Amino acid sequence: MIEWIIGILMVLGSLFMLLAAVGILRLPDLPTRMHASTKAGAMGAIFIMTAVVLHFSTGIVLARALAIVLFIIMTAPIAAHVIARAGYFVGVPLWRGTVKDELRDHYDPISHSLDHEELTTLTAKQKKSSS
Amino acid sequence: MDSLLLNSVYILMSLALLVAFLRLMKGPSLPDRVVALELIASIVVGFVGVHAIDTGVASLLDVAIVIALMAFLAAIGFARFIERRGTAND
Repeated sequence: MIEWIIGILMVLGSLFMLLAAVGILRLPDLPTRMHASTKAGAMGAIFIMTAVVLHFSTGIVLARALAIVLFIIMTAPIAAHVIARAGYFVGVPLWRGTVKDELRDHYDPISHSLDHEELTTLTAKQKKSSS
Repeated sequence: MDSLLLNSVYILMSLALLVAFLRLMKGPSLPDRVVALELIASIVVGFVGVHAIDTGVASLLDVAIVIALMAFLAAIGFARFIERRGTAND
């Protein structure tokens, strides 16, 4: 019985990883690719770590697998955010079907600053906080 | 464990590695390659987990922890590098 559950979990995990890889190959631009790789990749790793815990079923393995899963859940969004930010700043082109890019009208790619209105409110806030 | 099942799981994950490697080769920009690299690290973590089930060696999970940690640090480092360099094409 438990063998069946382990097998199903492993196959599900590897299928999720294959899905993430296909998504990273087929999707049109950087943010959508990131959307595929972070979520589906983390899900695959979580399924396989659950299978590992069920197979060994000791406390030490549970602690290690929990550490891996927590680490993946914590770091995958941070890494994706940092890479997406860097990619947007250096001008990686978005897909031409992109519907919403709220930063485009407010952001100056040459000076890396927001537009004038936002900038004055920001500096006013900074002055208020520093005084 | 059933060896047919383990082999099919290995084959699926190798296929995933291959497809992610295609994106790593194609690019077209450096951030795309970094995303592919991160996915490859995630797949390798899963690979190590399946290998731990296959061989029955629980210590292999330490390897998976180290790989996950290194992948995160590499992603942060690459992002800093891209942002400081300022161009997308390589």
